[in-house]
Amino acid sequence: MASRLAWGLAVVFAASAPFWMSGYHLYQGAQVLIYAIALLGLNLLTGYNGQLSLGHGAFFAIGGYGASILIVKLGLPYYVAIPLASAVCFVAGFLFGFPALRFGGLYLALATFALAVATPQLLAFKRLDFLTGGSEGLHVPKPGPLLGLPLSVDQSVYWLCLAVAIALFAIAANLLRGRVGRALVAIRDHPIAAESMGVDAALYKTICFGISAFYAGVAGGLDAIAVGFVSPESFGLALSLAFLVGIVIGGLASLGGVIFGALFIEFVPNYADQLTVYFGENAKALPGAVYGVMMIAMMAVAPMGIAGLFRSLAQRLRKA
Amino acid sequence: MTTRRTFLSGAAAGFAAGLLPARAADMPGVTDKEIKIGQTMPYSGPASAYGVIGKTETAYFKMINEQGGINGRMINLISLDDAYSPPKTVEQTRRLIEQEQVAFLFNPLGTPPCLATREYLNQKGVPQLFVATGAATFSDPEHFKWTVGFQPNYQTEAGIFGKHILATKPNAKIAVLYQNDGFGKDYLIGLRAGLGADKAGMLIKEASYETSEPTVDSQVASLQGSGADVFVIAATPKFAAQAIRKSFDLGWDAARYVTDVSISIASVLKAAGFDKAKGLITANYGKDASDPRWKDDPGFKQYKDFVDKQMSAKDLVDSNVIYGYDAAICLVHVLKQCGADLSRENILRQATSLKDFDLPMLLPGIKINTSSSNYSPIRQMQLQSFNGASWELFGDVLQG
Repeated sequence: MASRLAWGLAVVFAASAPFWMSGYHLYQGAQVLIYAIALLGLNLLTGYNGQLSLGHGAFFAIGGYGASILIVKLGLPYYVAIPLASAVCFVAGFLFGFPALRFGGLYLALATFALAVATPQLLAFKRLDFLTGGSEGLHVPKPGPLLGLPLSVDQSVYWLCLAVAIALFAIAANLLRGRVGRALVAIRDHPIAAESMGVDAALYKTICFGISAFYAGVAGGLDAIAVGFVSPESFGLALSLAFLVGIVIGGLASLGGVIFGALFIEFVPNYADQLTVYFGENAKALPGAVYGVMMIAMMAVAPMGIAGLFRSLAQRLRKA
Repeated sequence: MTTRRTFLSGAAAGFAAGLLPARAADMPGVTDKEIKIGQTMPYSGPASAYGVIGKTETAYFKMINEQGGINGRMINLISLDDAYSPPKTVEQTRRLIEQEQVAFLFNPLGTPPCLATREYLNQKGVPQLFVATGAATFSDPEHFKWTVGFQPNYQTEAGIFGKHILATKPNAKIAVLYQNDGFGKDYLIGLRAGLGADKAGMLIKEASYETSEPTVDSQVASLQGSGADVFVIAATPKFAAQAIRKSFDLGWDAARYVTDVSISIASVLKAAGFDKAKGLITANYGKDASDPRWKDDPGFKQYKDFVDKQMSAKDLVDSNVIYGYDAAICLVHVLKQCGADLSRENILRQATSLKDFDLPMLLPGIKINTSSSNYSPIRQMQLQSFNGASWELFGDVLQG
C-alpha cells in the first residue's frame, strides 16, 4: 500500500512540474526521465535477468540516431520515428542476445563493452556520412506542441517523456509481476533449476535482451529530440558506464531504484563540478575525482543501492 | 517556422517564470559592479586535457579583477564542466543563459559541443564569442551572426600550404594523407581553395585513415606509389609520427608539409626520429614557450610573469595555457572597447570590429582582425621548417 502511495505521489509531483518549473529545469527533468527509461531497460537485463551489459549506450545511440535520421532525412514526425527506431533496437538487441547466450558473466560484460567502444567510431564512419552527418552530427528539429496544446517546447518534451516513462514503467511492472518475471529471476538465480522446471532459458534471455535494448532505444530517441542534436561524442563509453552506475546506485532489480539512479547520474556530476570550487582553484580540473569520491561514499552508505536503503529502513521501522 | 515561434514563446514563458529583473533586460549579466560571463569546458571526460584553458582564463580574470577590473566592473567567469558531451553542453549552456543570466559565452570548447548549442544561442541573440575549435563552420556570419571563431581554422592553414606549394613548385604533384573526420576534410577543402580551382588537379592522390587503425604505413606506401613529389600530412600526432617515419624509410624524396596539430617536438618529431623529420614544413601562429629565442621578447616576458604569479611552473610550456592566456587578453580588450554599453549587441559589434590587435604570444607580425563579414580573428600564419633540432621560421607572415 505504502509503495503504491509513494508511486502515486511521485507521478503527481512529476506531472505538475511544468506548471512551476523553468524551461531549464524541465530540460533537466526530461533528461532524468530519459535516463530512467534507459536504466529501466538495463535493470531488466542486468538486475532481473543477471546478464551484465556495459554497452547499453550503443542501443541508446541506435535509438537516438535512428530517430534523428528518420526525422531529418525522411521527414517523419517524431511519434512515428521514435517507435520505428526503438523497434530496430529491439531487433538489434534480440540478435545480440544470441551470441550473449554463449557468454556468461564477465565475458558478456566484455562483449557488450566492445559494442560501447565501437559505437562512436561507427557513427563517424565515412561511408555512412550521408545518413549520420559524420563527425558533425545531425541537428534534430524541436517537436511542435504536444496534442496541439498551447505549450512551450520544454513543457511538451517533458510531458512526452513523462507519459512514455509511465507507460514503460507500467509495462515493465506488469511483465515482472507474472510468469515472465518469475522466469527471468529464476534464470538469474538458478539457471539449471529453471530449465528443469520447463523455462526456455534461451528464449527468455534473448527476448529480455531485445526488450532491454528497446527501452534504451526509446530513451535514445527521446534524448535526440530533447537535446535537438546527435553526434558521435553524445554516445561515448562514458554513457554506457553511467548507465551501469545508475542501476547499481539506484538498486539492482528495483523499479523505483532506477529513478534514484537517474537522478544520481544527471545531477551528481554537476554537483561534483560545483564542489571543486571549495577545494581551491587547482581542483577545477578534478570533477571526475570528486564524482568518484561521492560514488564510493554512496556505496558505503547504501551498498544495496538507494532502493535497498529505503527497503531496509522500512523493515527496521516495522520491527520497532 | 512553427517550431521557432513555439520555441520563442516558450522562452518568453521561461522568462516570466524565471523572475528576471526588468532593469537588466537591455544588458543581461551586467551590473555596476560585475560582468557575468559563461563558458563550457571539458574538465572531465575524454578531452579533459583542454580543461587547463578554462583554468588559465579564470586565473587571468582574477588577476584583472585584482587590478580593479574593467571600468570598475569585475569579471565573473562561470566555467562549467560539460565532459565534452553535447547533451551536457546544452544543459550547462541553458543553465548559464536562463539561470545564471550571463551576458555571453566566452571560448566554449570543442566542435560537437559548440555545434550543439550554436542554434540555441543564435536564436536567443547571445554572443558565442571566440569558440575554441578549429572547425571552419564557426566563421559563418551570414547564418550564425552571434558565433565568432578564434584560432586559425584548418582550412586557413591548408590554404597557406597550397599557396606556398604554388609559389615554390608550380608543377607539383601532391599527395595527401588525412584523418577521416571534420578536421581531415576541412584540410582537403582548404588545400583545394589555396591551390585555386584551375590548379586543383595538382592534387593527384588522397588517402584517409580511421583513428582506430593501428598504422598508416600502407596509406603512405600507396601515396608514394602515385609518383607525387609533395606530401601533405593532415594527421593527429600518433599517425603523423608514423607518416613522417614511413615516408623517410621508403626513401620518398618529397617536400613534406605537416599540420600544426602535430608539430610537438617532444611527442611527434621525437617519436618519428629527428633525422627522419628534417625538412618538414608547417605553419604556426603562436610563440613556442620552450624556444629560447623568445627569452627576451616582451610578450613572452609578460606571459611568463603571469604564469609565475598565477599558475604553476609546469604550465609555462603548455600550449593550452598559452592559448587561454591570449584568448583572455583578447576578451578583456573587447570589453574595454565596449565602454559603458555592455549590451549583447555592442559586445558582438566590438568583437567583430577588431583592427590589427596584437596578442603577446602571437608571432611577431600576426594581428587580430575581424569585421562583420570576417569572423576568423586569427587568420595569419608563418611557415617554419624543422632543422633536425628545432623549428625555424622562414618567409613572411601569410594569410590563408
